[in-house]
Amino acid sequence: MKIIKSSSSGSLESNDLLVFVSPNSGVKIEIDSIVKLQFEKSIYETILKVLEEFEVKDVCIKIEDKGALDFAIFARVKTALLRAGEEK
Amino acid sequence: MMRKIPKHIEGYGEVREFSGVFSDMNVKKLTQVHVKPKCPGERKIFLSIKEFFDKFPPFDGMTLSFHHHLRNGDSVINLVFSVLERYDVKDICLVSSSFFPVHEPMVKWIESQKVVKIYTNYMSGPVAKCVSSGKLKYPVIMQTHGGRARAIESGEVKIDVAFIAAPSCDEYGNMNGVYGKSACGVLGYAHVDADYANHVVAITDNLVPYPNTSIEIFQHKIDSVIVVESIGNPKGIVSGTTQITKDPLGLKIAKMAAKVIEYSGYLKEGFSFQTGAGGTSLAVAKEVKKLMISKNITGSFASGGITGYMVEMLKEGLFKTLFDVQCFDLDAIQSVKENPRHQAMSASLYGNPHCKGAIVNNLDVVILGATEVDINFNVNVTTASNGMIMGGSGGHSDTAAGAKLTIIVTNLVKARLPIVKEMVTTITTPGESVDVVVTERGIAVNPKHVDLIEILKSEGLSLYTIEELKEMAYSITGVPSEISFENKIIGVVEYRDGSVIDVIYPMKG
Repeated sequence: MKIIKSSSSGSLESNDLLVFVSPNSGVKIEIDSIVKLQFEKSIYETILKVLEEFEVKDVCIKIEDKGALDFAIFARVKTALLRAGEEK
Repeated sequence: MMRKIPKHIEGYGEVREFSGVFSDMNVKKLTQVHVKPKCPGERKIFLSIKEFFDKFPPFDGMTLSFHHHLRNGDSVINLVFSVLERYDVKDICLVSSSFFPVHEPMVKWIESQKVVKIYTNYMSGPVAKCVSSGKLKYPVIMQTHGGRARAIESGEVKIDVAFIAAPSCDEYGNMNGVYGKSACGVLGYAHVDADYANHVVAITDNLVPYPNTSIEIFQHKIDSVIVVESIGNPKGIVSGTTQITKDPLGLKIAKMAAKVIEYSGYLKEGFSFQTGAGGTSLAVAKEVKKLMISKNITGSFASGGITGYMVEMLKEGLFKTLFDVQCFDLDAIQSVKENPRHQAMSASLYGNPHCKGAIVNNLDVVILGATEVDINFNVNVTTASNGMIMGGSGGHSDTAAGAKLTIIVTNLVKARLPIVKEMVTTITTPGESVDVVVTERGIAVNPKHVDLIEILKSEGLSLYTIEELKEMAYSITGVPSEISFENKIIGVVEYRDGSVIDVIYPMKG
């Protein structure tokens, strides 16, 4: 999927996260999280998994995480990508 | 315990390592007190803090004590230090029962290393952050409410000047906390300082004609009285009403905890109970109240920091009396003022392990919270998982040691952090004194209580081992990465008997 515009999803409620997606060349991921110390790697891997599933090669993703669980991260990132991607 | 605690800590001294909840119960001696007698006609009153310090000059290395009955509305520490700025004084030791966000001005005293040592039972806000980042010259010494009283009575902590915030006071020092614009209720934490400090100062914004009435601390303990404009901001002193949680997880936990109490066998005539002011703790009180009414049980007492909810239970005759060390809200203040069954208690009476029997010894059930619990039932309420100080024992360890049944109520997971985990970041309360952990997904009972496990199982409660709860938490959150800490010790956690149960290191970076 090709990212053609900016989008966002999610919220800054506890246990949720806010995701910003924008076009980019290459993959750029920025993670800000209240549990960065404990879970940065795992959050990173979850984001990569979503990118893989949707075959996104060029994107900038910024997340502001308030302690979301993996499934929530997956869903929020997926939503933001679908909102920013080229319609088929 | 698998903690690496050095035998000697720079700025603290020789370490006596924790070796069991009641391992140090030999005969104790109380320390000697300096008393400067007063002649008839001798005045105690000063019209400003400056006037006081001009008569009794501050000196290098002095130890000053303060109390937290004005909580986040306290102006006394900041006021005293704003005047101390005019004097060239260093190496100050602070013995303050708690620090709150309002004490932000103390950060510069710590950073400039004029305040070099701190004893406290609880800290949050900028002071906690500053200490956590290693800026205090010597490690902060985290005590319990009962442990603070013990340390002062034994002479381990010697106080040169104690400043007691007095919402109502006369010119000879008779004071109470229930009248005046800065009314806070009971002055429980200040009693030991009034008894043992070399110089005891009542600081008041409400000077009343001699003699004050309804006196909590009497004139024969007071050296000086300072009158100031304001000792505190009422908005920070008390909350309007303390609320029962509406969070469905909190309510579920409360229901489960109440079932544990019901089946434990302690819920019978004469039942004694303590719970905190947190939303989930109050929800447990509400469930317990329902049970007491339906079973027609009258409790003997409830204790601790008192909220309107406990006052309501007293009024309805569900408890015969309240033992109150501090009032959390206006209803509690009103009640302690009017109702002789609502009794004030000092911190020593409340939880001192080396007195001739503290109130906590008479507790059947206590409900306590946790920031972390580990598979040995150790509880952390002192630091966040990243090592940052954000609390402290207060009465946590004291009540856990005293009560017959200590129940920890907590969410299994909070904002992705597993609360039940392999090892707590900091041990505040030893697992030996913790009996049951109740989470929304299940209950774990300390394996030493074989009978209780059988009873709760037969009543159909969802029991797990503490390891199973931990696995459940990790399966939801993932396994957290290990956090690395610096080597320099920034805090010493004293158990209530003065032994060292843990040390605190700052986060790396």
